[in-house]
Amino acid sequence: MADPEIKSYAPHHESQSAAVTESRSARAVLMIVAFAFLGIFLLLPLIIVFNEAFSKGLSAYTEALSSPDTRSAIRLTLLVAAISVPLNVVFGISAAWAIAKFEFKGKAFLTTLIDLPFSVSPVISGLVYVLLFGAQGLLGGWLKAHGIVILFAVPGIVLATIFVTFPFVARELIPLMQEQGNGDEEAALSLGANGWQTFWYVTLPNVKWGLLYGVLLCNARAMGEFGAVSVVSGHIRGLTNTMPLHVEILYNEYNAVGAFAVASLLAGLALVTLVLKTLLEMRYGAEIAATRGH
Amino acid sequence: MTTAPAKAGWRFRQPSVIPGFGLTLGFSLAYLTLIILIPLSGLIWRSAALGWADFWAIATDRRTINALEISFGTAFIAAAVNVVFGTIVAWVLVRYNFPGRRIVDAMVDLPFALPTAVAGIALTTLYAPNGWVGSLLTPLGIKVAYTPLGIIIALIFIGLPFVVRTVQPIMEEIDKEVEEVAATLGANRFQIISRVLLPGLAPAIVTGFALAFARGVGEYGSVIFIAGNLPYKSEIAPLLIVIRLEEYNYPAATAIAAIMLGLSFAMLLVINLVQTWSRKRYG
Repeated sequence: MADPEIKSYAPHHESQSAAVTESRSARAVLMIVAFAFLGIFLLLPLIIVFNEAFSKGLSAYTEALSSPDTRSAIRLTLLVAAISVPLNVVFGISAAWAIAKFEFKGKAFLTTLIDLPFSVSPVISGLVYVLLFGAQGLLGGWLKAHGIVILFAVPGIVLATIFVTFPFVARELIPLMQEQGNGDEEAALSLGANGWQTFWYVTLPNVKWGLLYGVLLCNARAMGEFGAVSVVSGHIRGLTNTMPLHVEILYNEYNAVGAFAVASLLAGLALVTLVLKTLLEMRYGAEIAATRGH
Repeated sequence: MTTAPAKAGWRFRQPSVIPGFGLTLGFSLAYLTLIILIPLSGLIWRSAALGWADFWAIATDRRTINALEISFGTAFIAAAVNVVFGTIVAWVLVRYNFPGRRIVDAMVDLPFALPTAVAGIALTTLYAPNGWVGSLLTPLGIKVAYTPLGIIIALIFIGLPFVVRTVQPIMEEIDKEVEEVAATLGANRFQIISRVLLPGLAPAIVTGFALAFARGVGEYGSVIFIAGNLPYKSEIAPLLIVIRLEEYNYPAATAIAAIMLGLSFAMLLVINLVQTWSRKRYG
């Protein structure tokens, strides 16, 4: 920050500030461009979701949401998130502990591998499980002989969801725990706490907001994933249809109100996620600062 | 856990009083291997098992080539558009104060949070010939929905936060004194932006471009609704994989996926090199 004393020596305030910021008109143009761009690309799609969902009135909306297929899609989405998010939380904490608290060979490579699912197309994330568990897959014959069903059933959907949401928690926690260092843990251990107590009473409270942040993003993606789940689901109505897949089916049947009604629930989830995320950043910015961005 | 005495200076890990290394690393590696590495190597193994002749036949199929061209081409254009507008958005958010700035800032993350299928049907409805935006463009002779232009629109939506969120933190770190020095040395605003600020932002902009591009190439959910999905014209590579899978043509699906992965990784490698180079050049 500029020293106020020095600033007062500057003779031409106006010209000084004109050189380090844009002219009024340039500023206005930039702001209009930015707002117009955001308005067209972000705000309009959000508005149209709710507009279409309620286009035939409230009763059509509630009717669309109360159909048995929609109900079971909502249940399946909640179930899939309830299994895959906690598993990725356990993995994220475990990986962050190993990577942030210790120095070992190959650490950078391991960190890169954890990010791998982000650079793979969702369709490929689903495809790899089809190749593994499908009828022509590597394990397909063995699974069939033992009567285990993974593909086109809930286990496959859960696996594909875990794949695409894999890095979220770990990549929030790793930089955060690295920044916090080992001092607190070493103090707790020297005072006689065991490893588990150290984690539970020292480390976890230190990273709780960062963890919540990661869980929030992980959950939003888990509930909203389309491509990967679409490949492994088999699209069986009432059985293996998650909410995003149900949106597609209704939309392709020209049931716009139904499709947008389910979509409005998912858009609501996105808005809640954004609000909570912003609140976390505002209140606990310092505690999750290492993780800002993505 | 006790570490064996290190032999001649090489040790797998530095000694530490903190417990749990074996447990957490072991679990992480096992989970990573089961969920990510084994399935992905299955893909590589299957495409290797195809044999060169079959692989080449699939790779040079007109439909495959067109789908790859469409995916990479539209993702490139969308990422380029996002570089321009994303940088402007980041600049407005970092430098200007206006009421509701926090809300606008939070909105930028909407594409991360909104499920892609929802984005897809919303954009299609907007840009359809009778939609809010489409009905304005139709008289001008511009067709967006069900054309490659629609794919670009969807990918602009998907990629925007990657550019903004990569460039924004670097912009926040810019020391205003640098601009003041440039101004006292006689540079005008345009020169300051193009010669002083943009070079410093270049690595972040390149990274943002790469992230948006990589995401766009693989994007599926938001695109398939608006694209029209005409083979050879507006069919993206991920969709072609799905179509081949539905035909039980596993070899073709595998080969296209392997090509996509290979191209994406090659691209990320190149961009990494560019980044290292620009970091060295502009510090």
